[in-house]
Order: sequence, then structure tokens, then C-alpha cells
Amino acid sequence: MSKIIDGLYYSESHEWVKVEGDIAVVGVTDYAQAEMGDITYVDAPAEGDEFDKGEEFGALESVKASSDMYCPVSGEVVEVNQDVVDAPEKVNEDAYGAWIIKVKMSDPDELSALMDAAAYKALTDK
Amino acid sequence: MESENILKTCLHDRHVALGALMSPFAGFDMPIRYSDITDEHLAVRKDVGVFDVSHMGEIFVCGPDAEKFINHIFTNDIRGYKPGKILYGMMLYPDGGVVDDLLVYREFTPDHFLLVVNASNIDKDYRHICECAAGYDVKIDNQSAVWGQVAVQGPRAEEVVTKVLGIDCAAPLGFYEYCNSTWNGKRLIVSRTGYTGEDGFELYTTLEGTCEIWDKLIAAGVKPCGLGCRDTLRFEAGLPLYGDELSETISPIMAGLGMFCKLDKEEFIGRDALAAQKAQGTAKKLVGIEIEDRAIPRAGYPVELEDGTQVGVVTTGYHSISLDKSICFALVDTKFSALDTPLWIRIRKKVFPGKVVKKRFYQTNYKK
Repeated sequence: MSKIIDGLYYSESHEWVKVEGDIAVVGVTDYAQAEMGDITYVDAPAEGDEFDKGEEFGALESVKASSDMYCPVSGEVVEVNQDVVDAPEKVNEDAYGAWIIKVKMSDPDELSALMDAAAYKALTDK
Repeated sequence: MESENILKTCLHDRHVALGALMSPFAGFDMPIRYSDITDEHLAVRKDVGVFDVSHMGEIFVCGPDAEKFINHIFTNDIRGYKPGKILYGMMLYPDGGVVDDLLVYREFTPDHFLLVVNASNIDKDYRHICECAAGYDVKIDNQSAVWGQVAVQGPRAEEVVTKVLGIDCAAPLGFYEYCNSTWNGKRLIVSRTGYTGEDGFELYTTLEGTCEIWDKLIAAGVKPCGLGCRDTLRFEAGLPLYGDELSETISPIMAGLGMFCKLDKEEFIGRDALAAQKAQGTAKKLVGIEIEDRAIPRAGYPVELEDGTQVGVVTTGYHSISLDKSICFALVDTKFSALDTPLWIRIRKKVFPGKVVKKRFYQTNYKK
């Protein structure tokens, strides 16, 4: 059973968002890391990059496959988690602690289009 | 997509019970990994692991013309090869494109041979072999469905095969040699071959016998290994996979496998095309490329020059588990195929510098 945390927002492409004021902290879900297996590389964007909601912002690589990550909300990357870039296995160890980027949201209303924990649980239980 | 008519090997239930991640491969529902690809990969490099390779095809050819016929359809030269010896090579189309790569076993019964072919190509190969057989006095028997096969691979493979399974050969086997044995009174082929770059054995027997052998190995603690690490292992060892590094459009000359094509034989299908390719050179060649980053070059990614001109495409790539380097096979324009040629690989939106290196990334450990 993969872990899902209450109070976060979730996307259909298995990113989670934690809201801190106008900042969206973005990572990938426990379900996503378990599906991928051992993650060996994090392809992260640069600070200052801007993404639209749903736009690809980076990728995770496991031995066998790469998996793109999509920005759940529009905005500018204000911080990249260098600890996770340097040690990608942290995503496997703690998917909700190992955030990938922080995004300054340009339209916080976009959050309403994301799922809550219950809806995401329903999606991954299918 | 779940397909109605996907095939299952005799060990399928066991893979599911072990909790394997299953995925379709070559028409079969196969285990990709049981636990973790890296752990399974390292077990084979440092200890021992067992693979279900029952999906592979076994086609028997016999008859007065069998040797002559096989030498007609096979790039390597089986003349002079004694019973118990195994040869690697390809079957080609007249234009030099590859039908399949395969192993030919010369049986201990005169004029009998076993051809072991890729699972994805069994039907195509069988049709091809039958079509080519017109005018030859041979019998062709596709027994793929009734043979199971496990591969025991790694430095402890010999110990496991002799001690855990109690299998004994009359004489010690060298690499690419086999012997006949029995398992519960049925034929067991003990073949010192593999697809990992390590010493190992491939054991062919009945479906029931294959299940018993598998159960004994798992009970003895031999690590089950899936197709995920089978690919990372063969890749590091510089071994091609049909469909990626050999195909109807990638000839053995382009793939750097000319040593398995005996152009001095009187004839074989595709020989003239290969001789011309060898004499004139081919437009493209398969190379190894190493990049200076942990990003992973995957199949289909473009290979470029510094100015962004595309000169090739990646065929297989990984962050090598044994070497901790990002490396790939790529098919590139021949003029950029020399060792140390700087090449760039486009991985999503970024471009990573690298250089041409030898294709055998990992030093293989075969028993001589």
C-alpha cells in the first residue's frame, strides 16, 4: 500500500503539492516512486524557469525507464532541492519529504483543479 | 493493455507468487523484476542468479543435408564443429538484413542440430527456415512450446548446477559447449552459455522438469532475476539484442559482428550483400558512447555533433550498474564512429557531451 498524506494536493500524473503561502512545494507521490523502482537520476529544472500548469518540468530515471514530471500549477521555479538531485534515492526513501522544486504560483486558483487525498486514493486504488 | 492471447511460460504462476512485476515481452507475460533490478544485476555479477528463459525458441533440424542446409542459412561455419559444440551467428535475408541471431547446437546424433532462437522471432524463423529448405533433405521441427529453459548465471553458477541440482557432465564443459543429461528420465540439455557476460549454464528440459529445477534453485536461495537485469547485464557485456542492435535494417557488419559471418564459406544467404558492405563500408555503424553525466541515454534519443546536427540514434542505454557510468549503444554515421570521437546526446531538453568508446563496456568473465 502506498502512502497518501492528508492536506496535500495531488495530480493525475502523480505529483503532490504542499502549499506554503504563494509557494507550491512539488514532489512525486509514494505510489509513483514505488511504480518506478530505484530512482537513479533526477532531471530538475533551473531556478527561474517558468512552467505552465501541466507542462513537463523534469524527469526521474530508474534503471529501466524515465518518467516525466509535470508542473501541477503555473509559475516560476524559485528553488530546486539540490539534496535530492545529489541523492536521488531519497525519493524512494521518503517521497513526501524529498520535494523536487518550489514554484511561486502565478494563479493559485489552479489548485482547485487538483485532487485531495481521498480522490487521489480512489485513483491509485483502481 | 491486457491481451487475451498473451503466452505464459511454465513458470508463470511462480513469478506471480514471488511478487514479480510482470510485463509483456515477445508475446509472453514475463517477469521484469522480482525485487530490484540493481540487486538482481549485482547477484549475477558477484554471486549467482536464475532466469526463466522458457520463452526462447527451440527448432530442431535433422536429415542427410542438415549440415549443408544450416551452413546455407547461417552466417557462421559449422563445418568441423564437433558434437557438443555451440556456435553463435545469424540468419540473414539476401540483402544482409537480419532474420534473427541464434545459437546452433551440433547434436551427438549425426546430422542432428538444435537452433535456439529469440522468442520474438520463433514463428518468423520457423517459416523462414522452412521456406529455405526447398531442395534440401531435412526435417524441421519447432519444439519451442514443449521445452522449458532456465539460465543459471554468475560466478557461483557451476557450484549451484553441480551441488544444488546434482547435474554432472561426463567431461567438464568449456564455454559454448553442452552435454546431454537427464532430469526424471527426460532429456536435459546442459549448456555452458548465457547472455550476461558471466559464466553460466542454460538448462533445457521438459516443462515439468523446468518447474522442478526452478523450485530447487529458489529453495536453495538462488536469486530469481527478471528480464530487466537480463537487459542491463547483456548490454554491459556488449551483447546485441535483436530488434535494437540487429534487425532487418541493421546488418551484422553495421553492428560490428562480422567475426560471426564467415565470408570465406562457399555460400550462405546474404553473403554477397555482407561482402559488399565489408568491401565498401556501411553508411552507419554501431558504437558505444559514454557521457559525462548521470543522465541516461535511452533508445531513440538523438546523437548529435556540437552544432546540433543529428548523426545517429541511441539503440540501448543505461546508467551502468557495474561501472557507475552512463553509456549507450548508438547507430551513427560511420565517419563519426572512431574511438574517442566527441558526440553529444540529446536527453529531453538538454544536450550532454560524450565520446565514442568500445562496445564491450564490461570485462566478461567466461569460463575458457
